[in-house]
Amino acid sequence: MAAPVPEPAPEPILEVRGLVKHYPLTSGVLFKKRTGAVKAVDGVDFVLRRGETLGIVGESGCGKSTVARLLCSLERPTAGRIRYRGEDITRLSGKALKAVRRNIQMVFQDPYTSLNPRMTVGDIVGEPFEIHPEAAPKGDRRRRVKELLDVVGLNPEYVNRYPHQFSGGQRQRIGIARGLALRPEIIVADEPVSALDVSVQAQVINLMERLQAEFGLSYVFIAHDLSVVRHISDRVAVMYLGRIVEMGTDEEIYEHATHPYTQALLSAVPVPDPEARERRERIVLSGDVPSPAAIPSGCRFRTRCFKARQRCAVEVPALAVPEWFRSEGGPAAHDSACHFAAEREPPPGPAPRREPDGHGAANAQ
Amino acid sequence: MPEPSLPQPQEPERAIAGTGTGAGMDLAAAEAATVGSGETGRPAGRPRSLWSDAWHDLRRNPVFVLSALVICFLVVIALWPSLIAPGNPLHCDLARAQDGPSPGHPFGYDGQGCDVYTRTVHGARASVTVGVCATAGVAVLGSVLGGLAGYVGGFWDALLSRITDVFFAVPVVLGGLVLLSVVTSSTVWPVVGFLVLLGWPQISRIARGAVVTAKQHDYVQAARALGASGPRILLRHIAPNAVAPVIVVATIALGTFIALEATLSYLGVGLKPPSVSWGIQISAASPYVRNAPHALLWPAGALAVTVLAFIMLGDAVRDALDPKLR
Amino acid sequence: MLLEVRDLHVEFRTREGVAHAVNGVGYAVDAGETLAVLGESGSGKSVTAQAVMGILDTPPGRVTGGQVLFRGRDLLTLPEEERRRIRGAAIAMIFQDALSALNPVMTVGDQLAEMFTVHRGLSRRAARAKAVELMERVRIPAAAQRVRDFPHQFSGGMRQRIMIAMALALEPDLIIADEPTTALDVTVQAQVMDLLADLRREYGMGLILITHDLGVVADVADRIAVMYAGRIVEQAPVHELYKRPAHPYTRGLLDSVPRLDRKGRDLYAIKGLPPSLLRIPPGCAFHPRCPMARDVCRTDVPPLYEVSPTRGSACHFWRECLDGSAGA
Repeated sequence: MAAPVPEPAPEPILEVRGLVKHYPLTSGVLFKKRTGAVKAVDGVDFVLRRGETLGIVGESGCGKSTVARLLCSLERPTAGRIRYRGEDITRLSGKALKAVRRNIQMVFQDPYTSLNPRMTVGDIVGEPFEIHPEAAPKGDRRRRVKELLDVVGLNPEYVNRYPHQFSGGQRQRIGIARGLALRPEIIVADEPVSALDVSVQAQVINLMERLQAEFGLSYVFIAHDLSVVRHISDRVAVMYLGRIVEMGTDEEIYEHATHPYTQALLSAVPVPDPEARERRERIVLSGDVPSPAAIPSGCRFRTRCFKARQRCAVEVPALAVPEWFRSEGGPAAHDSACHFAAEREPPPGPAPRREPDGHGAANAQ
Repeated sequence: MPEPSLPQPQEPERAIAGTGTGAGMDLAAAEAATVGSGETGRPAGRPRSLWSDAWHDLRRNPVFVLSALVICFLVVIALWPSLIAPGNPLHCDLARAQDGPSPGHPFGYDGQGCDVYTRTVHGARASVTVGVCATAGVAVLGSVLGGLAGYVGGFWDALLSRITDVFFAVPVVLGGLVLLSVVTSSTVWPVVGFLVLLGWPQISRIARGAVVTAKQHDYVQAARALGASGPRILLRHIAPNAVAPVIVVATIALGTFIALEATLSYLGVGLKPPSVSWGIQISAASPYVRNAPHALLWPAGALAVTVLAFIMLGDAVRDALDPKLR
Repeated sequence: MLLEVRDLHVEFRTREGVAHAVNGVGYAVDAGETLAVLGESGSGKSVTAQAVMGILDTPPGRVTGGQVLFRGRDLLTLPEEERRRIRGAAIAMIFQDALSALNPVMTVGDQLAEMFTVHRGLSRRAARAKAVELMERVRIPAAAQRVRDFPHQFSGGMRQRIMIAMALALEPDLIIADEPTTALDVTVQAQVMDLLADLRREYGMGLILITHDLGVVADVADRIAVMYAGRIVEQAPVHELYKRPAHPYTRGLLDSVPRLDRKGRDLYAIKGLPPSLLRIPPGCAFHPRCPMARDVCRTDVPPLYEVSPTRGSACHFWRECLDGSAGA
């Protein structure tokens, strides 16, 4: 379809600054009284560069899906900016918002609820053209729809079928075809493969990778499965309770994580290799994730952190390259929101382990 | 709300075995021939919607066929009662009061000496008119108000919910006795109006719930992400998915409205003579029930069969439309 | 052998026809051993477990053949009364969705205590004390206070612990865990799996772990049975299977999982989809998706060939697969 895009320039296409989404908690029957707020997203910053895949990982309730909905303008943020090509899109409405939406599309998690059961596949994939008539001339739409189905690996003859006649993986392909119809620059995929079986999951991941190369797409890929995110992402952001706690390239995050939450998360993922089970050392986190309506003071991870000290309760750690790594460079020098950021012992590889001054080994408490 | 919880990455296996939803046709045409093509026993490739699926089921459901036949028959005699009862329902002969069946008068005579057969057949019109009109009114009013409240949400939704609660608290028969006793018209319209007034909250509650459910689905979010307008989302994505429960409840309500009309007429506040209706017949016959039970049994039987037919139809439609069974 | 399933067949009657959910499954688990039953949705792994437990929904389900031998006695032919006794006390089951498996209007303490009052005839007070003890054993903090809480007041991970506590209550010989951690986050999943493994060791029970997650299997299982379309396609000790799969489906699965510990370039994707249980392909059910399929695969159902005394593979060409000649 489209000519392959030449080597993508690393310019930012999407810039997120201080993104906040609070949902008010209310009581009262007819007239609501505000009693608090669920801080689903509580200050998120990142940049998406053209042609890259930014993975966002985190456990349920960390706010990653809310970020997806904010990026797609499905909700208005409480505060913060989302700049698409330099323009803040959070305050847009009407025509201007519609124009932006052509370029930022979403792929949903649940292939069973993301397609309207009363519409045929042709109508579903063709709907973007009806909403944006300028995108394709009327007579051309049917052909375009069939082309899209072909691109995502579905038989174009299936246009007249209904979603319930397809399996989960096929439905996800239909959802991807709908997302592609307007030739967007950015696709925000919220857990696109987590509802699929292993063998089908690989098909959809490969499809998404192929489409990225073919159409020069930029992805925000949101998932709870760290292995999938590593596979598809160029850069990874780890979220905890509404904030990004660590961000870097896949090597920086997966081989040289410096935030204790990331380390715990990575150590918990079962690896499909029985040989690894003797070697692994799991960091078991105590307790449960606090409610996003009552976020702990200071560092929000401190209530479960094995490194927590006095300082963590009072001072909010900023997401930045820790000072003690800055001069050093190397893969450990990446954004990490921890006062005591350090690689895990034993260091996987020859990279020298760095500790902030005056603090000893990791397991102090 | 923060985030929806993760779905179970695996659907329960039984669902697959039981309904065949997960087993699909194949991806590319190449494999399509070999790997189980088409998860259902029906010819693959033919487009099927929920409605055609439902129709496919209904045609094979004896309950539906039987109740539909009864209802068709009722509608026909409501429109053209003279087809099977050419007599004048208002022609009565006091001399024959309470007489039993005789040739040409298979159901006998009532207390006023009117032919029970002719009056029962002609009474269908009032019942069907009240049922159909009240249901139409309730369905339109209820689904518009309920649907909008569910879609808009917030203050208007809360307000509507409280209003419907108030209406639910009104006892229908008592309300009818109070409101309709001041009306002097002998047509069906005051009764229809009253039933719509008291009946719409039921439908509006169903419609609201259905819209709220449909609104949460990702396909509505997907349409919004594409930039679809509010009316488009409402008409194209939400309404078609919310209409099934409304239809089911409305069908069942139709039967109850007919029964209510009879109740109100029996109490003397619904239709009033010289109108002809089953309720009036039952009311008129009840003082003589020992001497002339036939004058009561025939209209009462007609009423029971009619109400039952609509309720059975509603049940059959519910079974056919219930997505859980699909 | 603690439990031995022999040639089990289960069918479901549906509106569309007969779905053959389980077609001759056989596996065995010994005391103190963890057997993982791995498969994708529709492979029949859960249905097999339900048939073993005797909790299959009948109708539409029906066991049409085979034996389930528990300590040598066939559960399928036992009278219902006796079977129920074994079900609660000797074999226990843990489900994926703890919230729907627990009674929402009873406190967890009462639900745990009920196991002791009904099965062991303990007094209410003694049963309550046992309940607290069990909750401590599954490492629920502040157990003495939390016995009075209702299931919805617990987090997902804690609820799964309560499910485990209920399963453990009567000190069963065998636990069947059906996707016990699928609905949980990774950190919580790790806690629950560790707990399950510790308890299994402590009590010396047998454990059948039903899962779709190759990582979880590698972490805890001793032996593994891979299911596809209602059959076992490969059975092996877990180390051997991951190192040298003897069935192309197993190999495909292993190659299609993204790995946390290394950045692979391309994922291998098994082409096509799992078959409909209403129309399982003739011959080897996997042949339409198999890169090594030949004519014989389309006609002859492969038996479970003996690869070694401890391994079996239902592939006509298991030797080739084992030698890695099938290019993935």
